[in-house]
Amino acid sequence: MSRIIHKEQLSKDVFLMRLEAPLIAEERKAGQFIILQTDEDLGERIPLTIADADEDEGSITIIFQVVGKSTNDLSHLNKGDDIPVLVGPLGMPTHIENFGTVVCVGGGIGVAPLHPIAQALKKAGNKVITIIGARNKDLIILEDKMKEIADEFIVCTDDGSYGRKALVTEPLKEICKREEKPNMAIAIGPPVMMKFCAETTRPYEVFTQVSLNTIMVDGTGMCGGCRVNVGGEVKFVCVDGPEFDGHKVDFDNMMMRLNSYKDFEKKKAHECNLELEVAKKEAEL
Amino acid sequence: MSHENPETIADQAREWLAEYIVKKDDLKPKDRLAIPSQEMPAQDPIERGKNLDEVALGFTMEQARLEALRCLQCKKNTCVDDCPVAIDIPGFIKHIADGDMQAAADTIKESSLLPSICGRVCPQETQCQEHCKVGMALKDIDKGVGIGRLERFVADWERATGNIRVPEVKPATGKKVAVVGSGPAGLVVAADVRREGHDVTIFEAFHKMGGVMRYGIPEFRLPNEIIDQEIDTLNKMGVKFQTNYVVGRTRKLTDLIDKDGFDAVFVGTGAGLPYFMGIEGENLVGVFSANEYLTRANLMKAFDKKESNTPIYESKKVAVLGGGNVAMDAARMALRLGAEKVYVVYRRTEKEMPARNEEIEHAKEEGIEFHFLRNPKRILGTEDGRVKAMEVLKYELGEPDDSGRRRPVVIEGSEFMMEVDTVLVSIGNGSNPLISQTTPDMSVNKWGNIKVDEKQKSSINKIYAGGDIVLGAATVILAMGEGRRAAKAINEQLANELAVQSN
Repeated sequence: MSRIIHKEQLSKDVFLMRLEAPLIAEERKAGQFIILQTDEDLGERIPLTIADADEDEGSITIIFQVVGKSTNDLSHLNKGDDIPVLVGPLGMPTHIENFGTVVCVGGGIGVAPLHPIAQALKKAGNKVITIIGARNKDLIILEDKMKEIADEFIVCTDDGSYGRKALVTEPLKEICKREEKPNMAIAIGPPVMMKFCAETTRPYEVFTQVSLNTIMVDGTGMCGGCRVNVGGEVKFVCVDGPEFDGHKVDFDNMMMRLNSYKDFEKKKAHECNLELEVAKKEAEL
Repeated sequence: MSHENPETIADQAREWLAEYIVKKDDLKPKDRLAIPSQEMPAQDPIERGKNLDEVALGFTMEQARLEALRCLQCKKNTCVDDCPVAIDIPGFIKHIADGDMQAAADTIKESSLLPSICGRVCPQETQCQEHCKVGMALKDIDKGVGIGRLERFVADWERATGNIRVPEVKPATGKKVAVVGSGPAGLVVAADVRREGHDVTIFEAFHKMGGVMRYGIPEFRLPNEIIDQEIDTLNKMGVKFQTNYVVGRTRKLTDLIDKDGFDAVFVGTGAGLPYFMGIEGENLVGVFSANEYLTRANLMKAFDKKESNTPIYESKKVAVLGGGNVAMDAARMALRLGAEKVYVVYRRTEKEMPARNEEIEHAKEEGIEFHFLRNPKRILGTEDGRVKAMEVLKYELGEPDDSGRRRPVVIEGSEFMMEVDTVLVSIGNGSNPLISQTTPDMSVNKWGNIKVDEKQKSSINKIYAGGDIVLGAATVILAMGEGRRAAKAINEQLANELAVQSN
């Protein structure tokens, strides 16, 4: 059980929460994730990357986007409420060393897990070039925090409502073309964005690490639901990942698998919209 | 074997018992062999395909006593030798025949703390019952004394009294033991170590206790309420539980000793990564490991499609690959989740299937189709990546292989298509990688299973291991046997330490 000690809304569908979790705060490293359930009996297990941790306070920070019934339930919890199931830290930590120059690319909610990695890379002595992007201005998160640790900072939106009007792959390509090519790239965001970041860097042979958020149940290497094809081999995101060489990941298969339960999710989302409507109507009466 | 009405079975048993009970002390072996072996009453096969309730209903009192009268009370009791926890089998059966159920319960509990579980899921036909003289005399292992069924009867009888005796716990010793994993091995270690007065904490990665008994074995074979009750007994003994705690991640294994002051640790983390076939199409949508499918349905309650937030794949035609108990569980669960057709595809024949006979029979009664000497070549998908068919090869049996079973040999050019929308892969598991990944000093074999000595001690001082993490995929009772041995070694280690301290 874990108490919510802070909650804020970062954008329309994106929330930040600080959760009481002293053991996880002590052990976690950049790149790792947790799994939580909002209901011990009937809740779904939601994997979320740890965005930050405060060992002194004994807390971790999660940032999540409401995408379905379970994340919607989570967004309705408030400061002082308890999350009945919280387990972690899971997954392999990011390998951090001084690589030289690293381009950190974050798309939408993916900026949240990118933050601790960029922070650790900076601390290890890397030159950090950061690109963050989103569909529109409202969906840009953690801009100040990312800016603070970047040697070079680019923000872009698909619709041009903020920063440069471009997809993140555009500035990424420009950086790859520079005389002094980056030593490495890290891309975290929606699967399709990570796929195209990997395609962008491939011709320049810039090693590109991606962090995958697949369907998962136990998160400890028992169920195999999170399997992905990496360089022709079956890998398990929960114990072999979540980070992999983006040039080797079969993104098309992964995106297909992410849609395994889309009918169920639609139905649940519909039900929860209905409930919200009913609640609204009741409040009006 | 076909399904018989439970009431008919009960009526018959009542009649027969009346006949035999009056002369129970004068029965000659020949008379005992003549007593009809008792069938396990079961839910109607069609009805049960729609619910999660337990299939096997348990003996009636009359059936139990009648079955107990079949026991020859052999002097040389091979049944006990074949029991991994050495229950006094003739002893407890005699008590049942005499109608003293409490004495029977007490006798079992001297050796096994989890009789209601063992009585349901142990493979008795390859253990205690395999060398039962009654079965041998009747030339049919299945006609041997139904030891497991009797064990279950006694355990259920005691549970129904609402007065389960909690084992006695010795005064506190001040020693602390950590048990990692709350499956069958871990629960046995916790109980045995706690009885000696040591403080015991069980660490479980999931939010509910029970390990594979909770996430893997479906309720129609082992109801949750049975597991809850066994956990409750441990709770009453003073065992502490810590759920949502992944040793290796939340805390390093060695930190439990170095930082948290545990005097010994037992690792019973169970089976790990599921094996896949390595064939084309295995990452299509609709291909699941049996582990994942069962975990969703059991632990995450996806069976309750309305209330649970965990989805489960909607299937019409399901192929289950494999021939073990997990394959049977997955197939029968798929049926209960609404599949119209469920096929078990196994590359050997029925004789070589590792699943228990009872499970195979139950599956057949429920309408599950078995396709023997068949193995998939590839899985085909629709444009959006969903399973639509499986190309299957026919096999024949060749020479025996290392396991002594005849090796299946492919018949070239025998490919045919099987129309399915879901494939459940149940061909076994590797070891759980978490402990070995995060404990560099731990010796493991090439499959990642923890290496232990004859006392279940690992390569690291004060750390013991047992169950599937040592054995690979095995059974509940073998895990319990290992747990028992580990507990004995842990108790010895702690007793020695206490003796040194007091000198």
